[in-house]
Amino acid sequence: MDSSSTGSAKIPLKFELKPPPYPLNALEPVMSERTLEFHWGKHHRTYVDNLNKQISGTNLEGKSLEDVIVASYNNGDTLPTFNNAAQVWNHDFFWECMKPGGGGVPLGDLYHMIDRDFGSFQNFSDQFKKAAATQFGSGWAWLIYENEKLKIAQSPNAVNPLVWNTVPLLTIDVWEHAYYLDYQNRRPDYISVFMDQLVSWDAVSSKLEQAKKSNAAEKNA
Amino acid sequence: MHLSFCETVQIPWLSSSFVPAMAMRSLLSRKTLTSVLLSGPKSMGLGLTAAQSHRSLQTFTLPDLSYDYGALEPAISGEIMLLHHQKHHQTYITNYNKALEQLHDAMEKGDSSTVVKLQSAIKFNGGGHVNHSIFWKNLTPIREGGGEPPKGSLGWAIDTHFGSLEALIHKMNAEGAALQGSGWVWLGLDKELKRLVVETTANQDPLVTKGPSLVPLVGIDVWEHAYYLQYKNVRPDYLKNIWKVINWKYASEVYEKESS
Repeated sequence: MDSSSTGSAKIPLKFELKPPPYPLNALEPVMSERTLEFHWGKHHRTYVDNLNKQISGTNLEGKSLEDVIVASYNNGDTLPTFNNAAQVWNHDFFWECMKPGGGGVPLGDLYHMIDRDFGSFQNFSDQFKKAAATQFGSGWAWLIYENEKLKIAQSPNAVNPLVWNTVPLLTIDVWEHAYYLDYQNRRPDYISVFMDQLVSWDAVSSKLEQAKKSNAAEKNA
Repeated sequence: MHLSFCETVQIPWLSSSFVPAMAMRSLLSRKTLTSVLLSGPKSMGLGLTAAQSHRSLQTFTLPDLSYDYGALEPAISGEIMLLHHQKHHQTYITNYNKALEQLHDAMEKGDSSTVVKLQSAIKFNGGGHVNHSIFWKNLTPIREGGGEPPKGSLGWAIDTHFGSLEALIHKMNAEGAALQGSGWVWLGLDKELKRLVVETTANQDPLVTKGPSLVPLVGIDVWEHAYYLQYKNVRPDYLKNIWKVINWKYASEVYEKESS
């Protein structure tokens, strides 16, 4: 979020469209540049632009994105800003979950926790893929950290784990726009490729470390 | 094996081909009837299996389109029509049939837990089949009358209720564009209140989930698969263009039939 304070002119606080942590063609050939151009350049950008229009002049202006999401979720009785706010966050998070030459298996703590909470990495992978494949309509599948355990979750449309007060570690976008140009109706193929060649386990591990630190801090508070 | 009061069972090797279930039950115990059906017919070359020995399950197949995939161009591309029909609709049917078979089994066993668990798969996939079957009939090539405004009673009802066809289209496009995620925008007839309505449904919920007396006249699929390859993120352009191939003749027929 950027703000400006030049002279006495009142300049609204706006959310920015954050670029992915790699060039738009970096995930070729499994996720095409064309897909990133539309998915990031149009869909994600539109969520940002529309959110900024919606919050301008309201009491949500100046709040963090997470605060806007939780306030707009309104315990399930969502306000108009929810969809845009959550989708801005979801897409920021999604780009971070991938990297060129991704996939493989995680290492260290993350690997052990997956092994502990799912029985094996293979089990986790199968269950995560199933969650992604069976989310009907638009939505997301998540690996989340809750009560010091790892769990898999699905959500419809714009909903994300922030509204469940759990910590997201990994997500896959299963709205059709995420895969249609490259895979058309073949969502399972997209999901397999995501797991095998796109997931950034480094990013997931660092989110896990962050989550554990916050959890420990809360407990000691 | 459950036979209801009014059901008949076809036992080909008996002289009367249809035997009232009540009569069958009085002749044979449930166990015996099943074993007769399983053992007898095999030796007579009829090859009935346990799966066929009870009430048959109706499953579904992909309905044909009455136009070529490319016939709705340029409003909707042939590429989209082929994928939409042969992949998306077919998948709903395949999964619907699977869920129905599982439901059938669960009902036979009296497994209520499974019966209830299957309801969402049936709603998703059965709804997908219902909705797309209507959608193909809602579309027609321009040379077959696609886009020609409705005349007769439906045209009159639209003007009366919405002011004009343009106003109706404007309203449906606004609601279709604003729909978050996946779903449909509908023009429907409320049979009870005898008036037209514009409604949206989420995912593959059929129009009837918004009101038991609602009958779909025109449905527009706003799932991304319906337009993405051609219109990308610009759903409003898809909505603007699809009216050129809407089959108002079909909608009028449904309206006349349901409002009589």
